[in-house]
Amino acid sequence: MDFNFNREHEIVQKVMREFAEKEIKPIAAEIDRTGRFPRESLDKMARYHMMGIPIPTEYGGAGGDDLAYIIAVEELSKVCATTGIILSTHTSLVCWPILEYGTEEQKKKYLIPLAKGEKLGAFALTEPNAGTDAAAQQTRAVLKGNNYILNGTKVFVTNGGEADLYIIFAVTDREKRHRGISAFLVEKDTPGFSIGKIEDKMGIRGSSTAELILRDCVVPKENLLGEEGQGFKIAMATLDGGRIGVAAQALGIAEGALEETIKYVKDRKQFGRPLAKFQGLQWIIADMHVEIEAAKLLVYKAAYNKMKGLPYNKEAAMAKLFASKTAMKVTTQCVQLHGGYGYIKDYPVERMMRDAKITEIYEGTNQVQQMVIASNILK
Amino acid sequence: MKIIVCIKQVPDTAKVKIDKVTGTLMREQVPSIINPDDKHALEEALRIKDRHKDVKVIAISMGPPQAEVALIEAIAKGADEAYLLTDKVFAGSDTYATAKVLAAGIKYIGDYDLIFCGRQAIDGDTAHVGPQLAERLGIPQITYVKELEIDGKQVIAKRALEDGYFVIKANMPVLLTAIKELNRPRYPSIKGIYEGCKGDRIHILTAKDLNLDENTVGLKASPTHVSRTFAPTIDKRELEFLEGTPREQVRHLIVRLKEEKII
Amino acid sequence: MTGIADGISMVCSADQEASPMVHKELEDYKGVWVLAEQREGNLLDVAIELIGEGRKIADKLNTELTAILLGYQVEALADKLIKYGADKVIYGESQLLETYTTDAYTKVLSQLIQERKPEIFLIGGTKIGRDLAPRVAARVHTCLTADCTELDVDLENRRLLKTKPAFSGNLMATIICPNHRPQMATIRPGVMEKAKYDDNRRGKIEKFVPQLKEEDIRTRVIEYIKESSLQMKLEEAKIIVAGGRGLGGPEGFKLLEKLAEKLGGVIGASRAAVEAGWISQEHQIGQTGKTVRPELYIACGISGAIQHTAGMKDSKRIVAINKDKNAPIFHIADYGIVGDVHEVIPELILALDNVEEIMEIAREQ
Repeated sequence: MDFNFNREHEIVQKVMREFAEKEIKPIAAEIDRTGRFPRESLDKMARYHMMGIPIPTEYGGAGGDDLAYIIAVEELSKVCATTGIILSTHTSLVCWPILEYGTEEQKKKYLIPLAKGEKLGAFALTEPNAGTDAAAQQTRAVLKGNNYILNGTKVFVTNGGEADLYIIFAVTDREKRHRGISAFLVEKDTPGFSIGKIEDKMGIRGSSTAELILRDCVVPKENLLGEEGQGFKIAMATLDGGRIGVAAQALGIAEGALEETIKYVKDRKQFGRPLAKFQGLQWIIADMHVEIEAAKLLVYKAAYNKMKGLPYNKEAAMAKLFASKTAMKVTTQCVQLHGGYGYIKDYPVERMMRDAKITEIYEGTNQVQQMVIASNILK
Repeated sequence: MKIIVCIKQVPDTAKVKIDKVTGTLMREQVPSIINPDDKHALEEALRIKDRHKDVKVIAISMGPPQAEVALIEAIAKGADEAYLLTDKVFAGSDTYATAKVLAAGIKYIGDYDLIFCGRQAIDGDTAHVGPQLAERLGIPQITYVKELEIDGKQVIAKRALEDGYFVIKANMPVLLTAIKELNRPRYPSIKGIYEGCKGDRIHILTAKDLNLDENTVGLKASPTHVSRTFAPTIDKRELEFLEGTPREQVRHLIVRLKEEKII
Repeated sequence: MTGIADGISMVCSADQEASPMVHKELEDYKGVWVLAEQREGNLLDVAIELIGEGRKIADKLNTELTAILLGYQVEALADKLIKYGADKVIYGESQLLETYTTDAYTKVLSQLIQERKPEIFLIGGTKIGRDLAPRVAARVHTCLTADCTELDVDLENRRLLKTKPAFSGNLMATIICPNHRPQMATIRPGVMEKAKYDDNRRGKIEKFVPQLKEEDIRTRVIEYIKESSLQMKLEEAKIIVAGGRGLGGPEGFKLLEKLAEKLGGVIGASRAAVEAGWISQEHQIGQTGKTVRPELYIACGISGAIQHTAGMKDSKRIVAINKDKNAPIFHIADYGIVGDVHEVIPELILALDNVEEIMEIAREQ
């Protein structure tokens, strides 16, 4: 048993930490306030091969592994959860399924520019009436000649409106229920594809969350990802990996909030001494630290399993469940420790608390994670 | 064109802690980084490589085996090759002795057009190695470079002074020391980190490889000795209200600041 | 040790190494030297500081203090150096020494050291001194300690104890040079006490013309461009003069500018002043602005809310000027002035023109 990073991971962590501090942190408050998508950050990340960390170099990636990628999401999320989720969505939910299920042609055409960071990806599964019940898809895809014609509406699409390539799920055979769902690679300029409403969110406000409208959207037959009817399986497998990304995001948020709070309680004096000297507050801080460490072990374990080709369905769900709860709890307490200053936008913990909430909801609510965990252990 | 960049791995002094009793450095858990000025030196070399054809950038470092990480980072930023000069007998080298080992390493590598160093390292804060290395190699030096232009086999450098700068011209080969105004260093790329970690572009050289006699390197060959180290006295803040009329108050203030050599 | 013939240094061979000297050899080295750096015919302050410190050391060692002056047509400075306290001035005059170049200065100084053998040689730690000193030390194969802030001598074995900050000031180190001479050091400017000028002092001035050729100089200075420090970045400033709501309006910042100019400092501001539109956002210090750590921070009309102090509390010295004696800024200040900034700042500007006089009065009291 070995709890140490190898040398690659140590260096990746150091580099990501410095990059996040110097390049991402300075704009985190501004993009939260304005809701502006941080395009310039993605260009910088592309330059340093951060947009395709676990993708092999022959497909434009960095040739790294899952743990290195998870470390990157964690470090970015410490200072800016928005940037963390943009990267996580792009890598876990778009690059990975193309690498795993795509044809050689699809990889050459789509994965290479995605992994290089020249193009951005998004993943569209959720519908107004198909959230947790993802199999209840209403978007239809009908094969006509050499094209599939897609009709329907997708919602809550992260990177929607900003991405160049969308993985869209649609029903090809209603009879077969979830075995009748297929996945498609859809370019943003495809006829019949348009962006609807952009959501105004509580947190991760710099990221774009959009509605997609498909009206006789013409997708070439060769853009079917995997086989017809394989879509649900692709979606579920993809979300397993995505959950590790969200877990890393949650972990990063919690760590970032605690770091800010430690700084604050050392500085802030009441009754003539720093808050850090009050035992009642020390207990809270100690507990937060322990919970973060526990979350970290779960997150790294899930990434490790995925990296080593071991099962990670339950591990990913546990990491996401625990890390997101930790993020919510820790950020709430960090706001509390800041007192009134925690409730105003001068201090980042205010934003971190809003950002933390989504990690309990997206890529499977925590209740879904519990279902996954239970189904694994009650088999 | 061949450019050699000297880099040093140093403890991140922003995170250094001193044992107040023994007056020594507590190195545990202090992250190691490439010395900041050396990052500017490496960046300038890489920029020359980006702009000109046929430029080879070689990073060189003297240090313990762990210093290889600094060279991996150099490769991850775009250096073509790296040399680590490492040997137990190098331990305890002062700047004079360090320059000697680096000079031997550079001669081992062969000919070159430019040598870059950082102005100074944040551990010793001496700024000696650049000039001492240039002297060892018998080449001219331009220190405190804040802007650089390459013109054929010539360099034109803006060299910072307290109240402005010199514009200096020199022929290659020349040794330049970089300050932070020179450029903004790039980060190592993630892809580069994986390439660097393979280790095939990093060469390890010992005293034997460099034909250096163990009696002429390291502590034994260092003219300077550290006689003692101690923690600086940190005066706890104690507020003093300056009394009197505004004129008297500011006069008291000036006397205090002057005595403390703050102004 | 072999002298270097033509200013072109050779790559060292084994016999040129810094081999330890035996006791007898060490004794051949006598006297304290300081380099009197001049630029464009003006002595730098650090030269006078070195004479002050060099004098003390020479007296302790019961030996002579010599100032080394290099330049062109700057003979008048030699006399000044005597008046400040040097026993002797060695003045090397050449047109090729008019503007500093590493090669020319190194050649002349190294030859002087090899001929005359001083036991101690101090050089100002300016951006030029720190280029020159290591090159000279490497050429004459001796020790060098950089950026010293304190000197002392161990009389028993005539060792110079050279104390310098290391690890960005986290650690102090005392360095010695037991077996090599001269014992060289660069001294941080502004730290040592300046020597007193005394018109009655007499000493010996020795002028010589060094053997220098154009070809000795491989780095040619084409231009010397002057720049003011006003465009300095806030994060790098040694002195920051910051204003807050108490300044009352943009004209308050005009006043601060005058003060900053006098001190060679940079303007900072609290968020309140920035949001009132009195000054641009790039000056903002604090939680939502910049974090600074200058040697001196003068907070004018700043109350000291934690959002502001988060960005400046690690300044080495903090001076607070505020009307309200209970303002939180005083909790982190070293010196407090309770008063109206509009009265205090003009007085401060005025006083900065008369620093010598004020110090003189203070000494008398």
